[in-house]
Parts: sequence; C-alpha cells; structure tokens
Amino acid sequence: MSNKQRWAAVAFFLLVVLVVVPAAIAASGRVDLYYTLTAVALLSIASAGVWLTFYIGRINIGQGAYALVGGYVSALLITKGDISFWWTLPLAGMFCALLSVLIGLPILRLRGVYFAMVTLVLTEVSRLTALALPFTNGAKGITSIKLPAELNIFGLTIIPDFSTLANPKLGFYWMAAIMMVLTYAVLWRIVNSRLGHLCRSLQQNEELASSIGVNIAWLRVLAYAISSFFGGIAGASFVAISQSLYPSSFQITDSVNFMLNCFLGGLGFVFGPMLGTLLLYFGWDLLFATGRFQLLIYSSLMIALMLWLPNGVLSLMDRKGARS
Amino acid sequence: MEQVVVNGLYLGAQYALIALGLTLIFSLMNVLNFAHGQMYVLGGFVTYTAVSQFGLPFIVGLLASGVALAAIGALVEKYLFRPVIRNSKREESTMLLAAGIAFFLDAIILLLFGEKQRGLPKIVDGVFNWDFIVVMPYDRILIGLLAIAMVAVFILFMQHSKTGRAMRALAQDKVAARLMGVDVDRYSMIGFALGAMLAGIVGGLLVTITGINLGMGGPTSINAFMMIMIGGAGVISGAIMGGFILGMMESVGLTLLASSGEITYLAIFASLMVFLAVRPQGLMGKPWG
Repeated sequence: MSNKQRWAAVAFFLLVVLVVVPAAIAASGRVDLYYTLTAVALLSIASAGVWLTFYIGRINIGQGAYALVGGYVSALLITKGDISFWWTLPLAGMFCALLSVLIGLPILRLRGVYFAMVTLVLTEVSRLTALALPFTNGAKGITSIKLPAELNIFGLTIIPDFSTLANPKLGFYWMAAIMMVLTYAVLWRIVNSRLGHLCRSLQQNEELASSIGVNIAWLRVLAYAISSFFGGIAGASFVAISQSLYPSSFQITDSVNFMLNCFLGGLGFVFGPMLGTLLLYFGWDLLFATGRFQLLIYSSLMIALMLWLPNGVLSLMDRKGARS
Repeated sequence: MEQVVVNGLYLGAQYALIALGLTLIFSLMNVLNFAHGQMYVLGGFVTYTAVSQFGLPFIVGLLASGVALAAIGALVEKYLFRPVIRNSKREESTMLLAAGIAFFLDAIILLLFGEKQRGLPKIVDGVFNWDFIVVMPYDRILIGLLAIAMVAVFILFMQHSKTGRAMRALAQDKVAARLMGVDVDRYSMIGFALGAMLAGIVGGLLVTITGINLGMGGPTSINAFMMIMIGGAGVISGAIMGGFILGMMESVGLTLLASSGEITYLAIFASLMVFLAVRPQGLMGKPWG
C-alpha cells in the first residue's frame, strides 16, 4: 500500500467513524447504539494494550486490573480532589503505567502460561484490593461522579461541558472514537518503528535478542507500561460515561474478553483487536434478540470461527494476498 | 488447630483432584483448559440428574458423570483442539477456543439444567466428633477419602499402565515419544478424556455436599489454575501439592481472618504473585513448562 493510499484509507475510516456512523444512528433513531459503539471504542483501547503485550510474546489476562485502577484514580480525583475529568484521564494512564512498571519488573520474567496466570490473578487482586481499601468505599463503589467539565486553555473552549450538551451520548461517542483512533495511530507507529522491530525480536526469541544486545528487560517493561497506560485511560473513560464505579466494574471476565478480542481479530495485525472487539461486543448485543439461546449461539459462532480462522479474522487478508 | 488441618486436608483432596485433570491436559497438549470448571459443573449436574431424576444409586451417578465427561473430553479434543492446534500459527490461539468451549458448556448447562442451585441429600448421616477437637460430618470424610483414593488410583495408573507411561513420555518430550512409536493423537485424546473425567467425578462427588450451580464454573477454573501454578504446570506431583496447599491456605486463612473472607483471598492471591515472581516454575515444575 502506497503512502497516498494509506492516507486515503485513514481519511475514509475517520469519515465513517466520526460522521457517517453518527448520521446513520441519528437517521435510524437507534440512540442506544451510541452507548454500544462508545463501549466498543473504549474496550478496543484496552484490547490494544493487551495486543501490545502479545507483541512481545506475553499473554496478558490482567488488563482488567489496570482498567479498574485507572477508573479508581479518575473517580477519586474527580470526587475527592475536584479535578476536571480531562486532567484525570492522563493522570490515570500515567498512574497505571507507573504501577505496571513496579508490578512488571518481577512478573515479566515469567513466560507463557505462567505470565498469563499471574496476570489473571492480578485482576482478582485488584478487585479484592478495591473492596478492602479504606477510601474506595468498598462494594458500594463510587457513584454520581460528575460529567466531564469544560476544558479550556487560555480561555479558549476546546471541549464544552458535557452536562450542557444537547446530546451527551454523541459527545461521549466522539470522545471515545477519537481516543480510539489516536490509540491505534500510536500503536501502528510503535509497531512500524525501531521499537516495534525490537518487540518482534522478543516475541521470537528473547535469549537470541538479548545476545545481540537488545535490552530485553527494559523493552518488556516499556511495552507493558504502554499497554497498561491504554488500560488505564480506557477504565477512566468508562467511569466518565457510567458516572459510577464498583470493584466489580472490571473483573476476570473483562480481562479474558480483552484477550479474546485480540485473538479473534488476529494477533498478527495492528487493527486486529479493534475488529475483534467490534465483533465480540456487537455480536453479543445483536444476539440479545435470541433470548435464552444467546450464549449458545454466541459460543458456537466463536468456536466455529476459531476452527475456520484459527489465526484471527484478519488472516483472511493473508490468504487473499497469497492467492494473488 | 486440628480442626483447621482436617478441613484443609478435606478441601485439599478435592482441589488436588480438579488440578490433576487440568495439569494432565496441560502437560500433554500445552492447552490451558479454560473450560475445566464448566466440565466440573457439568459432571455435578449429570450425577444430580441420574440420582434425583432417575433414582439411580449415587455410585452409578458418579460413574455416569465420569463416562459422560470422558466422552465430551474426547470429542472436544478430536474435533476442536486438534484441528486448531494444527492450523494456528501461535499455540496460544487455543485459549480462545477453550474460552469458547467454556461459554458453550455454560450455555448447555443453562439450557438443560437451568440456573438453580442443585444438591443431593447426604449419602451417609451422622457427624464424627472427637471430643469437639475435630468435628466432621461423615459424608465429608467419605468424600474426602474417596477423593484421596482417586488420586492414588490416578498416580498408580500413570506410573504403571502402558497408557500412563505413554502419556508421561508425551509430556516429557513430544518428538522423542513419537520417535519411540507413541501414537500422539491417540494418547492426547485419551489424556484429554481422562482430565475431563476427573473434573466430572469431582463435580459428582461435591454435589452431595456443597451442591452445584451454573456460576461455579469460572471460579473453579481459576482456583484450579492457581493450584497448578503453585505446584508447577504440567507436573502431576505439583498439582497434588498445589491442591493441598491451597486447601490448607484457605482453611487457615478463613479461620484466622474469619470476619472478612475477601482479605483471606487477597492474602492468598498476593502471596501467590510474590511466590511466582521468586520461583516462576512453581514448586516442582521445570522452568518454562
């Protein structure tokens, strides 16, 4: 794909996500789809983080932990510190990144299922910690969190106060969509940089990479921190939308789903987790009409998809490339 | 104190049996069976149905659970895991499949058995009471002993039968086992069936004590994962130790911190993370399983 084509594809994608989809929703009157798509966008940000840890050859089932931590950082700063949501968003991400460095230094030495299991346990630890800590309000959670306030720089309004918006749902949708686009732009940039090449070398053989002078310890902590940053901002944004947060907001199921999104989309493709999230979340929503057979159909489709395309949905593109 | 130890042993015996199945599947195929907890729940429901709907004796129900789950395990291996492992670029893809199977079994259980908590009446009445130092209902003792007996039978089977030897060879080195004439496909299938059968039998055993419900699958899987992590993934002795250690920790923790169950689990999970950071391969495991 030439550079020009690539920019055209990006422009087309932006047009669809930011203009066509809202217009279509407005025309069809299905306002509930705003929430669904906002959730897809935010979940795909967290999944992007998981994908990046896959990229260094680690199975990460702990993204729910960072989403929860990010959510609590944002919620506590808003309710107790009276700080605008827009400032808590990067702070939540940074906090998660720092935390992940501390946690990652010891556990990133693990590999394969061992790493997967420790991160799974991490999700449970974060939930139980949120229950036990004195300032998180236990199982009752934090509720009635303010909507994002106005963001202005030198008196210039960049983002209006969400509570004054005629349609805050559309506002959230745009916010989530723009964040998703930025996240994937960053991810794409990382993968197609020197850092991305080094990460691939980790994925293939850490000892070999290390022997030719790659600082593997630093690289995996860096990748893990970026991944957790994504988890943190996704969690924080969810708090802004639902205006509430409980220790059960992000739990093991969510962590597992983030990982499944990556598998389903395809581990070899930057945009895999985005597609995977869309398919899994939207598919689940669409099947709601089937009532008690929802789970049966959903899981059967998942198994069938796995049998048909074990390398993810985007591996269809591989086949086409091979044939031509 | 004695009570705590006895409780721990009783819990540990069940846990060990669940962990054995999981670790067997993992060692043979490098598959982390996310559906293990669901297989356990399904086993419980099969026993429940056989005993309370059809009026069969408990032991027959237990056998039915074992047979049904072994059949399911064999089919799942042959028609789902084998093709996916063959076609996928990365081994971890089986995780998505395993999770899909977990959801699928959940759906089946929901449709066939509903979401109610089910239980069977006690198989033996009475309480063992040793001067109020150790108090234990007889049925728990019986189930605990049965579980220990099953573990013993399993170990004997793995150590002394031809099938067991073949499976141990497979777990050690797949290529070498194939070169020695071990039919990898066949023994993978038998191993998976055996692992699923163990899960089903534990479910059948516990349906008389704790009862069984749809929501138990996921947490059971996670507990089982922890046990095999403690002992070392893919090692039989490790799984048994992991099961007993977790059972003991739960028993001790719940006694010491009786007021808040959450703190107990937080302490268990946190100490497990620290332990794994220090000794990644678990107690008995080989590095990088």
